[in-house]
Amino acid sequence: MFMEEKQSFPISQDSDLEIPKTEKEVSRIIKKFYKSNIPIEIIGTGSKRKIGKSLQCGKTLNLSKLNGIIEYLPEELYIKVKAGTRIDKIENELKKNNQQLAFEPIDFGYLFLEKSNCGTAGGQVACNIAGPRRLKSGSIRDHILGFRAVNGRGEIIKSGGNVVKNVTGYDLSKLICNSFGTLAAITEITFKVLPSAAENKTLVVHNLNIESSMEYLHQAISSSNDISGAVYLPMFPSCENCKMDIKSTFQLNDLKQNGSLTALRVEGSKKSVDERVKNLQKKIAIPESNISVLESLQSSIFWKKAKNLEFFAGTKNNIFRIVLPPSETSKLLYELPKKFKYFLDWGGAVIWMEACELSEQYFNSIRKKVVAHGGYVSMIKNSDFLPHVEDIFTINNARFDISQSIKKSFDPKRILNPGKMYSGI
Amino acid sequence: MTNLTMPRIDKKTILKKKIIVKNLKKILKPENVLDHEDELRPFETDGLSAYKQKPLIVVFPENTEEVSKILKYCSHERIKVVPRGAGTGLSGGALPLADCVLLCLGKFNKILEIDYKNRCVVTQPGVTNLSITQAVQDNNFYYAPDPSSQIACSIGGNVAENSGGVHSLKYGTTTNNILGAEVVFMDGSICKLGGKTFDSEGYDILGLITGSEGLLCIITEVTVKILKTPESVKAALIGFPTIEDGGKCVSDIISSGIIPAGMEMMDKELIHATDNFVKAGYPRNAEAMLIVELDGTKTDVLELMERINKIAIKNKASSIKISKNDKERLKFWAGRKAAFPACGDMAPDYYCMDGTIPRGKLAEVLKEIKKLSKKYNLPVANAFHAGDGNLHPLIMYDSNNKNELAKTEKLGAEILKYCVKVGGVLTGEHGVGIEKRELMCEMFNNTDIQQQIKIKKALDVGSLLNPGKVYPILRKCAEEGRIHVHGGKTKFSDIPRF
Repeated sequence: MFMEEKQSFPISQDSDLEIPKTEKEVSRIIKKFYKSNIPIEIIGTGSKRKIGKSLQCGKTLNLSKLNGIIEYLPEELYIKVKAGTRIDKIENELKKNNQQLAFEPIDFGYLFLEKSNCGTAGGQVACNIAGPRRLKSGSIRDHILGFRAVNGRGEIIKSGGNVVKNVTGYDLSKLICNSFGTLAAITEITFKVLPSAAENKTLVVHNLNIESSMEYLHQAISSSNDISGAVYLPMFPSCENCKMDIKSTFQLNDLKQNGSLTALRVEGSKKSVDERVKNLQKKIAIPESNISVLESLQSSIFWKKAKNLEFFAGTKNNIFRIVLPPSETSKLLYELPKKFKYFLDWGGAVIWMEACELSEQYFNSIRKKVVAHGGYVSMIKNSDFLPHVEDIFTINNARFDISQSIKKSFDPKRILNPGKMYSGI
Repeated sequence: MTNLTMPRIDKKTILKKKIIVKNLKKILKPENVLDHEDELRPFETDGLSAYKQKPLIVVFPENTEEVSKILKYCSHERIKVVPRGAGTGLSGGALPLADCVLLCLGKFNKILEIDYKNRCVVTQPGVTNLSITQAVQDNNFYYAPDPSSQIACSIGGNVAENSGGVHSLKYGTTTNNILGAEVVFMDGSICKLGGKTFDSEGYDILGLITGSEGLLCIITEVTVKILKTPESVKAALIGFPTIEDGGKCVSDIISSGIIPAGMEMMDKELIHATDNFVKAGYPRNAEAMLIVELDGTKTDVLELMERINKIAIKNKASSIKISKNDKERLKFWAGRKAAFPACGDMAPDYYCMDGTIPRGKLAEVLKEIKKLSKKYNLPVANAFHAGDGNLHPLIMYDSNNKNELAKTEKLGAEILKYCVKVGGVLTGEHGVGIEKRELMCEMFNNTDIQQQIKIKKALDVGSLLNPGKVYPILRKCAEEGRIHVHGGKTKFSDIPRF
């Protein structure tokens, strides 16, 4: 340890940007800022930098050079990567063995930059916002076997391991997920990986209203057909300043109609997928003209676009995400003034919403309603109209106090992304 | 019983017993406070019965408010509290302390709500794991994690230990199958975590408390996810001439892209022991045996079973039986589920270990266990959740023979150290408790452990909740094995304890 202390790393004294290439460098940099009480913003490629409150830190710690696949053992179903490794690099590597990150990482580039920027492994973990397959396979937090990180004292810490079943000590992997870099700078992650399905097909039911769609989604998910994606894309409310344009987003030949879409994905072997699509069709008494079936290629395009929130690409409005019990979804939507567009994912358990003319007061009133329905809301993208919202996430006093104590145990001087999630944390 | 350092007994608390009982009887119905020596005896141990210690007092709160008041009172009076669910844990997590209030959740035994619309069940923590499935099975739903003790273990205990079971390969462990919880911290504050939603916003405190072994809070309510019962389930019983062939077959099944619902392996010793015990029709000439269970649609199961059959033949399977109906499938499982009592039939005592290793190391670790078994002259039978590399070596011994428990524990520790050496971990599903506490340093360095202890202190300032469990009792890790107590005094008695 003493020897390490004596080594000198090229840390600039003047630059506001630190780009470490090793975990030890990360540790030294954070130790330095810990001693001098200087807050730091931690970023990867910046693809999700705008989620959460914008920070006014004097220093930035860019972890994108901390990249590379450390170990990938397909037969052990895990991949260990440095935190700055790009998600597409990981996904391409897994594809060679017909495997995948089952939580279906969202590419937020479309939302913020109108082009792909899938970000890094560390960023995915820090934000824990999973794609459509969350419904079946769980979230990012369910796919981390272990990690290494540097806490706010500059100490290198680790938790977990490379195996699926592990209850040795507290499960800090869960805590580090969704902590938006406020607890530690993640340096290494071991992801659980799963086999990719050979086939996928999507059954689309056209022109259902929200109640019928929710009912159908519920029935389908509660059946034995192993649904791995369930979305609803409505045409209403039809707000002038944020119109849903399903047609131009998808442009898929096999979509028979232009109205609202209720889409269900099934994945597996060809025979099994065909059988399950048939089962699902049987369940609804709807004329065939109102049903489209997307084969593998078009189905994959559909889910890529839905997952990456391409309906919202280029918007100047605020985007937020409401997570709530599915039974409450339509009730909540009816309580909101019709100045928004939205789509439902996870079988109706999450609402992605674009709202125009949003005010802080209005956002707070939405939050109140969401909480009353047993859910939470997070501002994902600020707008030109409302560039700053004081409370972007949802928390109550009891959880705030506990979160503050946890933050202190990792980062006692609050130097890592201070205030990124909540003021005071 | 070997001596194990536990937190220093607070004599003042013991002297105040009568006053504490009186005060607790003001918070709870008097009949829910037990303090007579005879009443305390049933609570002196949990599933790790080699260790026994009577608590000072046992309490049975009936609602969250009472739990909160008990903790507030104990926090104020600096009295240690040890939580207990059904007491089936195998790592000594619910072992009482001589100066503790043992807080039992046995009266929290009601399922509060079955919500099919949101596919979840809200339940009190004392409800058994199996009764959740029983409550929803008429509607063809079930709760996925199924630890072997599911008939007796409580869901609150499952959360505290992050219990797994034979189906966790496909469906995950407790942490992947719960949506919310109501908990009470040591200062008496009540907090709702999660709810009926997927994921929770902010720090994943629910994820942190799952598997925290009763060190961070008391769980008073749990919301679990329920799943639709699969349309079809089939199991294959496959015998192998060598352990290597069985191990290779496991790796090949996973590598081929199949994730079975369950994949269990047993060695020859256990095949014989269980087959003698329940007559399950196991291949007695095989060195290793696999039970592979598949679930899904009928087409899926048939298709995958065909592929499993081919992979097994390629790996020199000596026998393959595929269940024709549910009755036969359950018969296949009967032996595996009786692994523990079958060992109990073979030796006066057995000690169950719980390491996890990378699947590819199965054969290597088994060979090492055989070597160690010879070295210590203690028979070991092996059951694994092979799909996820979770080993359960069962060491057979006789506690009437002096020093045999100590020898058994040493053998167990060596097995676990070897698991860590090949890239695995100390415990897959039983928890650290007191059993593997001193081995934590095999996996974690001092900084790692200190970070965890800081979290503990952040949520339990006085370290009063289940102290002496999970983390080595001294600030620094003991270099070798356990710390023995001589004449009631420990080494480095001036070092702070946790």
